[in-house]
Amino acid sequence: MKVAIIKYNAGNIRSVSFALDRLGVEHVITADPDEIRGADKVIFPGVGEASSTMKYLKDNKLDELILSLKQPVLGICLGMQLMCSYSEEGDVDCLGIFKEKVKKFVLPNPNPQLIKVPHMGWNAITNVNSDLFDISLENKFVYFVHSYYVALGGDTAATTHYIHPFSSALHKDNFYATQFHPEKSGDVGSKILENFIKL
Amino acid sequence: MLAKRIIPCLDIKNGMTVKGVKFVGIKEVGDPVELGALYAQQGADELVFLDITASHEGRKTFVDLVKRIAQHINIPFTVGGGISELKDAEALLNAGADKISINSSAVKNPQLINDMARNFGSQFVVVAIDAKHFDGDEWIVTVNGGRIPTEKRLFPWAKEAEDRGAGEILFTSMDHDGVKQGFANDALAKMSTDLSIPIIASGGAGSMEHFKDVFTSGKADAGLAASIFHYKEIAIPDLKQYLHNEGINVRL
Repeated sequence: MKVAIIKYNAGNIRSVSFALDRLGVEHVITADPDEIRGADKVIFPGVGEASSTMKYLKDNKLDELILSLKQPVLGICLGMQLMCSYSEEGDVDCLGIFKEKVKKFVLPNPNPQLIKVPHMGWNAITNVNSDLFDISLENKFVYFVHSYYVALGGDTAATTHYIHPFSSALHKDNFYATQFHPEKSGDVGSKILENFIKL
Repeated sequence: MLAKRIIPCLDIKNGMTVKGVKFVGIKEVGDPVELGALYAQQGADELVFLDITASHEGRKTFVDLVKRIAQHINIPFTVGGGISELKDAEALLNAGADKISINSSAVKNPQLINDMARNFGSQFVVVAIDAKHFDGDEWIVTVNGGRIPTEKRLFPWAKEAEDRGAGEILFTSMDHDGVKQGFANDALAKMSTDLSIPIIASGGAGSMEHFKDVFTSGKADAGLAASIFHYKEIAIPDLKQYLHNEGINVRL
């Protein structure tokens, strides 16, 4: 088993690597196309801004590479958003693996519950329906940090409620993605990463 | 529904956890990595590691410790203390920190908030504010561990920090810190209403009821405490069960 974490100008790569270390999973952090193509599993992490990151992916031809992958791929946070068709963050077309769109959270008005943006902290995943999850993970808390969300759609693999329901995970063919950070979601997150590794 | 967060704070000096009463009279209480892992296992939602003497003594932050923390702990954590330049923050990000908190350096150079947010994203930038109550709505912002009063006032400064790109505010009331009589709920509620980013309440936790109060009347998004956890006066699983029983949404 060899896992490749795609190395690019994103923030949480080290955290994902440490999480795999804790699971005892061999992995490399790499931008080398052959190494990524040859891996059993690929993780596409990400923390940052969508349009500038999308530009970076294109400039480095990582967009074509990701689209061409046939093994299980897991996008995390911004990685998930970049796998969607379009993001309002910087008004940018993304990879289009998932047809869902990325929108900005808009605070309710009035806002009596003092809802904040970013959506930061622990929230529950519901209606889990992908092999990334098992039924024991229904309604479990995972850690989120994001100001943009993926609307519900045909690829939705888990639903979370914040202001309104949104896609907290997506799944289509060999592509999986989580809006939350499994690498920071305690034992629940470890289980989800383990499930991905076992695919 | 988003859970209210319980955050143990580990003040670090020379690589060890400490907690002072009103920041004076520091005692060592343990190894940060060991203690942090224990809290994570017990259900802490996040951890904060503050190198409390860093800005005072001009020391740089503790990158190696941060890396060890990131390797061993599977929940988010914030690090702070003596971060005054982008490269300090970048080193901590690369070591595995999820967020950094800036305090004195942001007061001295508010542009730092904009620069940090632009380079690393707002989610990475916690602006910590230590303030002392003066009169009515007026709270004086202090720096260097509460030692030096500044010209800034709490509410306008918190709003400015948000406008400059802070992702969260960590507000410590210097009047409440270490006294264990409850959080500064009125000021917290005002801040939480004025701002649209999450507010972490710090200073004053002495009982489980104080956490209930800070989430209800204080309208805080997270409650931070140190000594009551370090000295085992309140166990985190008991606290979370209590809050759950009181109708507050927490991660159990």
